[in-house]
Amino acid sequence: MSEAPEIVIDVRGLNKSFDGKRVVEDLSMQVRRGRIHGFLGPNGSGKTTTIRMLCGLLTPDSGDGTCLGFDILTQQREIKRRTGYMTQRFSLYADLTIRENLEFIGRVYGLRDSAARAREAIERLGLGGRADQLAGELSGGWKQRLALGACIMPKPELLLLDEPTAGVDPKARRDFWDEIHQLAHEGLTVLVSTHYMDEAERCHEIAYIAYGHLLARGTVAEIIAQSQLSTFVVSGDNLAGLVETLKHTPGVDMVAPFGAKLHVAGRDAAALERVAKQFSSPELVWERDAPNLEDVFIDMMSRAQDNYS
Amino acid sequence: MSAAPEKPSLLPASLERLYAVFVKELIQLRRDRLTFATMIAIPVMQLILFGFAINSDPKHLPTAVLDNDHSAFSRLFITSLKATDYFDIRYALAAPEQIDPLLLAGDVNFVVEIPQDFARNLAAGENPAILVIADAADPTAVNGAAMALNGMAAQVFTRELLGPLHRLSSKPAPYEVRLQKRYNPAGETRLNIVPGLVGTILTLTMLIFTALSVTREVERGTMESLLAMPINPVEIMLGKILPYAMVGFLQMALIAFAARFIFNVPVVGNLGTFVALTMLFIVANLSVGYTFSTIAKNQLQAMQMSFFFFLPSILLSGFMFPFRGMPDWAQDIGSILPLTHYLRIVRGVMLKGAGFADLTSDTAALGAFTLAAMTIAVLRFRQTLD
Ligand SMILES: Nc1ncnc2c1ncn2[C@@H]1O[C@H](COP(=O)(O)OP(=O)(O)O)[C@@H](O)[C@H]1O
Ligand SMILES: [Mg+2]
Repeated sequence: MSEAPEIVIDVRGLNKSFDGKRVVEDLSMQVRRGRIHGFLGPNGSGKTTTIRMLCGLLTPDSGDGTCLGFDILTQQREIKRRTGYMTQRFSLYADLTIRENLEFIGRVYGLRDSAARAREAIERLGLGGRADQLAGELSGGWKQRLALGACIMPKPELLLLDEPTAGVDPKARRDFWDEIHQLAHEGLTVLVSTHYMDEAERCHEIAYIAYGHLLARGTVAEIIAQSQLSTFVVSGDNLAGLVETLKHTPGVDMVAPFGAKLHVAGRDAAALERVAKQFSSPELVWERDAPNLEDVFIDMMSRAQDNYS
Repeated sequence: MSAAPEKPSLLPASLERLYAVFVKELIQLRRDRLTFATMIAIPVMQLILFGFAINSDPKHLPTAVLDNDHSAFSRLFITSLKATDYFDIRYALAAPEQIDPLLLAGDVNFVVEIPQDFARNLAAGENPAILVIADAADPTAVNGAAMALNGMAAQVFTRELLGPLHRLSSKPAPYEVRLQKRYNPAGETRLNIVPGLVGTILTLTMLIFTALSVTREVERGTMESLLAMPINPVEIMLGKILPYAMVGFLQMALIAFAARFIFNVPVVGNLGTFVALTMLFIVANLSVGYTFSTIAKNQLQAMQMSFFFFLPSILLSGFMFPFRGMPDWAQDIGSILPLTHYLRIVRGVMLKGAGFADLTSDTAALGAFTLAAMTIAVLRFRQTLD
């Protein structure tokens, strides 16, 4: 791994349309070696499409770049050989057993002893007792573990994970992320798309995409700082009624209930300050707070909605 | 972490990927009980259905006799004719002019004409000929009877040819039966049906099973993973075709066994030639099916394409109607279809003892067809999800 490039994913100006509809627009992104890069955005924002363009499954309409130092337009085969792609939908063979699936992958990647490598992978996954169970009969959490195990068996340099934890219970999600961090620690680069904010916060860096546009990128702290959002947390009774009022109040850009409290955010700090004063009362306590990632994303999404949709 | 360890030489790695797909397909085929059952059931069902038709060995066929001799020998011949059970003498004719109207109207299947002075010429050792005119428009009807006729002819006079005429009882028979087939001189015989059946059964089953192979992966979502792996379309195609070629081999063995031991169709030619060329034909059909599966958007479309291919194969290949009897345009279409060439091959090998050398043009046509289908399949194979 001597001369491997430090920037693993480096793409510029990617565009992709389906049936005349722009799905990814002018997207550029860089991912450094050994980093876990989170890819966030609402449904249909173009995450899957972007990931597919990176590993040669879709051809961009325009734009170019490299993945692992190989051209994404011409050297897909080299990229595929070194990349593990975990699809959003379970895509191992449901009618093959766990062992048969892994042996198949071992042979396709030309691993030296695919049977032994499959056995190792099964042990590592803790699937020893179920090696001969059909993959389609596994529960969601186990399917996800198997899919990850299948991806890393050929020892790739880059992992592309498309919403790997959707529909998986919290404990399994926690284990999954521990494993991802371990892999990154060993030098693997990971690009992972997700909906979950807690997962976003476990990434070294994140990129936020909505309506095909990359809206923000950087570490969590950077993104929060960039947003220049001031936030108040409101507690009190009858917050539900307040939500509607605030939504139509100038100076308020985002209102979102969080449990028994209300997050109110705005880009104009002074204007929001005035709103806070105006609505403060003994029953409604307004407290200044740092915005969290979700506040920022909800705000960005509503702005993107105004601009692009 | 290191990059995936690669094998140094290109070919073994490629073969290994092909083998990976091959094993995977074989396992899936074994687990897919319904498909597997269909694969066995279709040939068995077709064999039984067609076998029933083949076995219908019609007897008591309407026959007219024109006896110009009126001797003891001619009467004995006619009696023996009745005794075979194949001929039902309905008309005793007085003049040759009566023959054609009866045949044309389809009132009789056979007309037997015994020449004048038959008995005298027989005694003189002049080898007289009895003419049997058969309406061969319905070949199945004619053949059993024709065979019975030949068997009978050799023996009918053995008892009468004693004493001074004993010298005539030696074989071959001292007279000749000339069978003249009308309306279908090529005589599509029942022997032709079984070899044809080999071709149609293989066309149908091979086509359907590969027609689903790619579309199924697309519909189940496994194609996305497969395409993200370092494997190329040729490896995928061959890996998917080979297991079915093995199934085709089993079907061929099953049908050939039935042909030989149930329907008594002799394999005159070389068995190796038969197997080799049948395998070529199997691969040709698998390639067509696979090509359809790369074009079709879903499994239903793939099935429809298969049937659109199967229909002309049955109708224009020479299986249903004699090939040379079809109009030119039909022959032109037929010449493109693999079944047309295979029918010539299989009939040639099974019935006439033809070898590779006699079948080069049909073999070449099958090979070219296979290559073309595979090329289209590889070109059509979508390597991306675009
Ligand atoms: N193969 C395709 N054909 C047509 N439209 C597509 C295709 N793939 C994705 N899309 C559309 O592109 C948009 C983005 O999809 P996707 O990249 O899957 O978003 P995400 O993964 O962020 O949810 C969606 O509106 C989707 O309907
Ligand atoms: Mg997606």
